[in-house]
Amino acid sequence: MSETNTHFRNVNENPCNMCMPMGGILALKGIEKTMVIIHGSQGCSTYMRRHISEHFNEPVDVASSSLNEKGTVYGGEENLKKGLDNLRKVYHPDFIGILTTCLAETIGEDIERIAQEYVRERDLSQDLVVAVPTPGYGGTHTEGYFLTIRRIVAKLAKKTQKHSRINVIIPNISPADIRELKRILSLMDIGYILLPDFSDTLDAPYSRLYRKIPEGGTPLAHIKAMSGAMATVELGITVDDSLSAGKYLEDEYGVPLYRLPLPMGIENTDLFLKTLGEITGKGVPKVLELERGRLLDSMIDSHKYNFQGRCAVFGETELVYAISTTCLENGIFPAVIATGSRNERLGALLAKSLQEGGSNYVLLNDTDFAHIREQCKIMKVNLAIGSSEGRYLTEREGIPLVRVGFPVHDQVGGQRILSLGYQGTMAFLDRITNTLLDNKHQNYRSSLYRKYFVG
Amino acid sequence: MLDLAIEERKDFVYTKSKQRKALKCDTDSISGAVSQRACVYCGARVVLNPITDAVHLVHGSIGCASYTWDIRGSLSSGSELYRNSFSTDLKEQDVIFGGEKKLTKAIEELVQKYRPRLVFVYSTCVVGVIGDDLEAVCRAMAAKHNIEIIPVQSSGFVGNKSMGYRAACDSLLRLIEPRRGQKIVKRKNCLNLMGDFNLAGETWIIKEYLNRMGLALNVAFTGDAKYETLKTATQASLNIVQCAGSMMYLAKKFEEKYGTPFLRVSFVGIEDTVESLRRIAKAINDQEVYEKTEELIAVEMEKTIPVIQEYGKALQGKKAAVYVGGGFKAISLIKQFKELGIEVVMIGTQTGGPEDYAAINDLVEEGTVILDDANPAEIERFTLEKGAHLLVGGVKERPLAYKLGLAFIDHNHDRKHPLCGFDGAVNFAREVYSTVCSPVWKYV
Repeated sequence: MSETNTHFRNVNENPCNMCMPMGGILALKGIEKTMVIIHGSQGCSTYMRRHISEHFNEPVDVASSSLNEKGTVYGGEENLKKGLDNLRKVYHPDFIGILTTCLAETIGEDIERIAQEYVRERDLSQDLVVAVPTPGYGGTHTEGYFLTIRRIVAKLAKKTQKHSRINVIIPNISPADIRELKRILSLMDIGYILLPDFSDTLDAPYSRLYRKIPEGGTPLAHIKAMSGAMATVELGITVDDSLSAGKYLEDEYGVPLYRLPLPMGIENTDLFLKTLGEITGKGVPKVLELERGRLLDSMIDSHKYNFQGRCAVFGETELVYAISTTCLENGIFPAVIATGSRNERLGALLAKSLQEGGSNYVLLNDTDFAHIREQCKIMKVNLAIGSSEGRYLTEREGIPLVRVGFPVHDQVGGQRILSLGYQGTMAFLDRITNTLLDNKHQNYRSSLYRKYFVG
Repeated sequence: MLDLAIEERKDFVYTKSKQRKALKCDTDSISGAVSQRACVYCGARVVLNPITDAVHLVHGSIGCASYTWDIRGSLSSGSELYRNSFSTDLKEQDVIFGGEKKLTKAIEELVQKYRPRLVFVYSTCVVGVIGDDLEAVCRAMAAKHNIEIIPVQSSGFVGNKSMGYRAACDSLLRLIEPRRGQKIVKRKNCLNLMGDFNLAGETWIIKEYLNRMGLALNVAFTGDAKYETLKTATQASLNIVQCAGSMMYLAKKFEEKYGTPFLRVSFVGIEDTVESLRRIAKAINDQEVYEKTEELIAVEMEKTIPVIQEYGKALQGKKAAVYVGGGFKAISLIKQFKELGIEVVMIGTQTGGPEDYAAINDLVEEGTVILDDANPAEIERFTLEKGAHLLVGGVKERPLAYKLGLAFIDHNHDRKHPLCGFDGAVNFAREVYSTVCSPVWKYV
């Protein structure tokens, strides 16, 4: 087993991550009646909109302050304020997120001051605008995502009366997965505030009336009340304290924090339900017990096929952790584990289980796809699990890809991929097993012929 | 004047009437208007990326390379190097202390690994602000390795997407310049094609037409182009320019420097394809070429027209809205829709110039809304107000159309089927039919 990174290299060859403001947009799209403006040159917002649109198949409106040369030299304050005016005229949002870019940060824009001045000058609520510093060179979209959630909570949460709901803070997962978490919470009869909730905003049902800001998202009033919750469950064990909204609520308002992995796989889902039970005193309903039983049944049915799998798992840290542990539970060995983030926690968290897995593995931090590809060859990987970018491994090395995570832009339905809870885990494992079986069926006759007949 | 929520947008939009109006265009996007445009880097990358055997190195932080990795449908007959996205992946430290050292090392690493003869280094926003001397680094590394390393001045804030086209053309002009003392020998009946990116093999389709006319395609800018062939660009005796928005600048400079005349063409739609082929034949001015051209047109028309007419039967009287990148495409699309019996009721572009809009104005019916640098709110409003049945656009416009219950045509750089020439016209008609006449609309 080893941990490597690519720090000694000077080129990132086919990126395994996106930039900070991308994560910020995703987080803000999960807040009710919210609009986003990117403070920077015009391209950033357009590229990110395009990427998000392809994954969710939804319109994704994001404004830009469209900084030009003049704004870059003399400061973009006027541009940004005008942009805020304009987007309010067209979208009438209840909440606005300003995200910065490489450009705005490098020229030293003080967006916090500009934002405050703006609401004062226009006589608007102090709570209307949140500003988040998200320079492209400051981290990946994962860090941008969590930082933005923390800033939103810091902006809106106010001292409030205690109540019996719990906060659930989630990483970047599919709308289908968000809906599954909500279903589980409802089945357990638990009141919750889930942040951010883009299960409707980025996966809206067709309706005759078009809304510029789609319905749904975490209500602002709920975010304000997060400070009075019974507890926070943050599905973010790899998240640094400085980026954690749960940590903020614990430090500022004394809301007990439970940091859990995504409920994927038996152990993680059990832990999720057990923790919910401990916090609220609610038991696991029969429906979920049956689903657990079915998952176990399917795991047994597939275990020998799964044993054939040696996989590469890549992407955002929370998902990589959950997928890796789920694979280990099922005898699919994650030989290459990779993320574009610089994240110390992921390796430490996985080390014990991977070592027990008894085989060699590599953990790649801050990596790119050229490096992942190299390691896949060395580690004899026969399955890749992650976003559409992994199609590069299929094309170049013939390694089949099971798509999960963000972005899925070369197939439809990225927003509908379900992988959480007992049901989601079962769906995920079926996709894995069937990919292994397809591969087997395509090759076994010819490979046995070559091995034993031709010799 | 149309009533729009954003005051400054009023000059960019009008309804065609008897009185001719000048549309404001080719200028910076308005802050907060949710423009569909990308940036200077995007413009430059779109134009240069199809050069297949070049290393395309993005000097900047990671996003710019992430969002442009292998997303275009340009095909290659050889190297696949262009389908990689290389980045210097600048981090905070680099921004503080400068990125030149990292860039130098990055080029070293790439040269060692891939042995390219050509490297493009794209400047991004952050590099433009911290002031890395791209020119100096590229010159030094080029001299050291005896290859061509060309900086592309594409920092996002220096202008709009059109500025990126110009930056790309400047890089191309540097690349094709003959060595000092080298004599330029022009080859007869040999053409360069400008402004075609071999999306789904479109350059190959045009090349085949030229061959059947007895002409040779020297090199395309930049569909399926490679270092070796680009170096012979000055040998062509005529440049034909399709996407004028991105390549007119190159064509004019080319004429100025090397005396090569150029001709505007478009292979979008039957009418423009036929007219372009004839104009090429006329420019070549050779009886044999002229005859072969007419033969080609006759053969292809006989195959194509009945198919298009068949689709057209189901499409008569439908209304289309068009929002695309460049002017040439918009102009050709109006004519192509007419071939199918469809009227264009809203039309706009991201980067069209005054001449493009004048041409558009002349082609559309009164009452058609014409708009530059539109945004989703305007597209939503005018497609609905004008009763459009379908929208033509790119990736960002597609989900908007679908949410509005409109049919949609993908006319972007990501598509996987050709839309140029006679085959393209059939594909187009089929695509329009497949979306306008789909059974799904019965249920919405």
